[in-house]
Amino acid sequence: MSDVMRTTAPDGIKSEYGAAAQGRFRRLWTANAPGYLFLLPWLVGFFGLTLGPALISLYLSFTDFDMLRSPGWVGTANYVRIATADPKFAAAMKVTLTYVIFSVPFKLTFALLVAMALNRGIRGLPVYRAIFYLPSLLGGSVAIAVLWRQLFAGDGLVNAALAQIGIQGPSWISHPSYSIYTLVALSVWQFGSPMIIFLAGLRQIPQDMYEAASLDGASKFRQFYKITLPLLTPVIFFNAVVQTIDAFKAFTPAFIISGGTGGPINSTLFYTLYLYQEAFGNFRMGYASALAWILVVIIAIFTAFSFLSSRYWVHYDD
Amino acid sequence: MTEMTATVTAARPPSDVNKRSLPGSIVVHILLIGASLLMLYPLLWMVSASVRPENEIFSSTSLIPSSIDFASYVRGWTGLDISFGRFFWNSLVIALLTVIGNVIACSLAAFAFARLRFAGRSFWFAIMLGTLMIPYHVTLIPQYVLFLDLGWVNTILPLVVPKFLASDAFFIFLMVQFFRGIPRELDEAAMMDGCSAWRIYWKIMLPLSLPVLATAAIFSFIWTWDDFFGPLIYLNDMNTYTIQLGLRTFVDSTSASDWGGLFAMSTLTLVPVFFFFLFFQRLLIEGIATTGMKR
Repeated sequence: MSDVMRTTAPDGIKSEYGAAAQGRFRRLWTANAPGYLFLLPWLVGFFGLTLGPALISLYLSFTDFDMLRSPGWVGTANYVRIATADPKFAAAMKVTLTYVIFSVPFKLTFALLVAMALNRGIRGLPVYRAIFYLPSLLGGSVAIAVLWRQLFAGDGLVNAALAQIGIQGPSWISHPSYSIYTLVALSVWQFGSPMIIFLAGLRQIPQDMYEAASLDGASKFRQFYKITLPLLTPVIFFNAVVQTIDAFKAFTPAFIISGGTGGPINSTLFYTLYLYQEAFGNFRMGYASALAWILVVIIAIFTAFSFLSSRYWVHYDD
Repeated sequence: MTEMTATVTAARPPSDVNKRSLPGSIVVHILLIGASLLMLYPLLWMVSASVRPENEIFSSTSLIPSSIDFASYVRGWTGLDISFGRFFWNSLVIALLTVIGNVIACSLAAFAFARLRFAGRSFWFAIMLGTLMIPYHVTLIPQYVLFLDLGWVNTILPLVVPKFLASDAFFIFLMVQFFRGIPRELDEAAMMDGCSAWRIYWKIMLPLSLPVLATAAIFSFIWTWDDFFGPLIYLNDMNTYTIQLGLRTFVDSTSASDWGGLFAMSTLTLVPVFFFFLFFQRLLIEGIATTGMKR
């Protein structure tokens, strides 16, 4: 290396300058090379599989790309159509928002209630915790969606149980007014993982705060509102953000329960299911890219809103 | 079944004097046991339905079959043109390669972020955290076109290769958190002795990080095993199907005519996950509790 530098820079001054530059380069190299070498796989993945594709899909969202012909620029036509002339988009939005609005609060309420019941220094805590966590672990699989499809079918287990107390239930999954709520129930059933996070959060609350409050004669109810809830707000915030983003991205249960159609009458047409149908059913790749970017914007707006609102209700002790 | 007996054991009132009132504790236990049974009932019912004689499946809401019959398993296993053994094998290969890819690639990146000093480190770290927030839908279509052009559709490559490029950035984050907890004196001393970054990573960090590597490996396995969307898009030839795709095809092909076989195969697909749950529960629960993992 240094020989090369000397031969290319015969002049004395230049050679000194070259040596200095080379020294600087060598220092930069020894200081940074290990870091970037370790990071190399991730960097390749980031540019090749995340940043590059994201930019391309942004471009595709302004085209009529259909996998057959090369993409033709259509300006904002996809977005305009989504916003003004796409009843399925409106249906998918409605279904997804219904799902988010019902599943997240119920799921978190259950998670918090059970976590508080378990946090009383109760016997058998590991067993209960394990039982409540199991559905979260299994819940994402097709098998559970299959099971749910049977549970809420016309001749399913839920109706068999209802029949024993004399109620004739409808076919829940094929009724457009109820089908979405079977999916909400499936999500709430998986309250285990937020519950575990709540449990960890409850453990962080110093026990002597409750003892002091008891001595001052504060009721259990008051202790909950004045100690537990405020100190738990960072955990509630975290769980709410994570669960909401997850709910926006839900796919498998709706796909299995509706047989991929999002039916009956689009009542389980989750946003991601609609996106999948457009992209891989109709090969409207440009249009589906626009749908994907709208999903990103929705999630980003929601997240930004959560973070902005958090300063008014999330309590950080610092 | 183990949970059932365990629940019963837990139902015994505490023998020592709890600082809470005894009646209060009993009420809480009753509520919790009721909730546990409600939670587990659908799962247990499915397992029991899978070993019932076919004609009995819908006539009973009870959990105990009148007789044990494994005919559903035999029927289900060969219910499609290609046996479920093939699907299990495909799923296993993909899941194991994913585990290897995630553990190697994510631990390399995490080591760089947690221990090495280099220009732009905090910039790249912020970018890495940012990628956690991006829904995969925005990269989906260009990735699909890329893998189609490479001729990778209908192979396991689109599902596996990205893992070797640390595409599951969540595990990087998980490992960075753990690496930061390992005393710096260890690698500083090694550095003094002239150890290279590679040797510190290989000889010091990895051996001390087995718990987090195991957690990442187990979650990688479970999530890949359960993954439906990836295989749905990239695997169209039935020979390449994973267990989840096989199950979905079974639902569509039999549609309600062979629930026994369907439940038998559903139960089988849950077995590996249940195995991890039984034996590595502690790691899983700690993993979730410390990082707020999503499942």
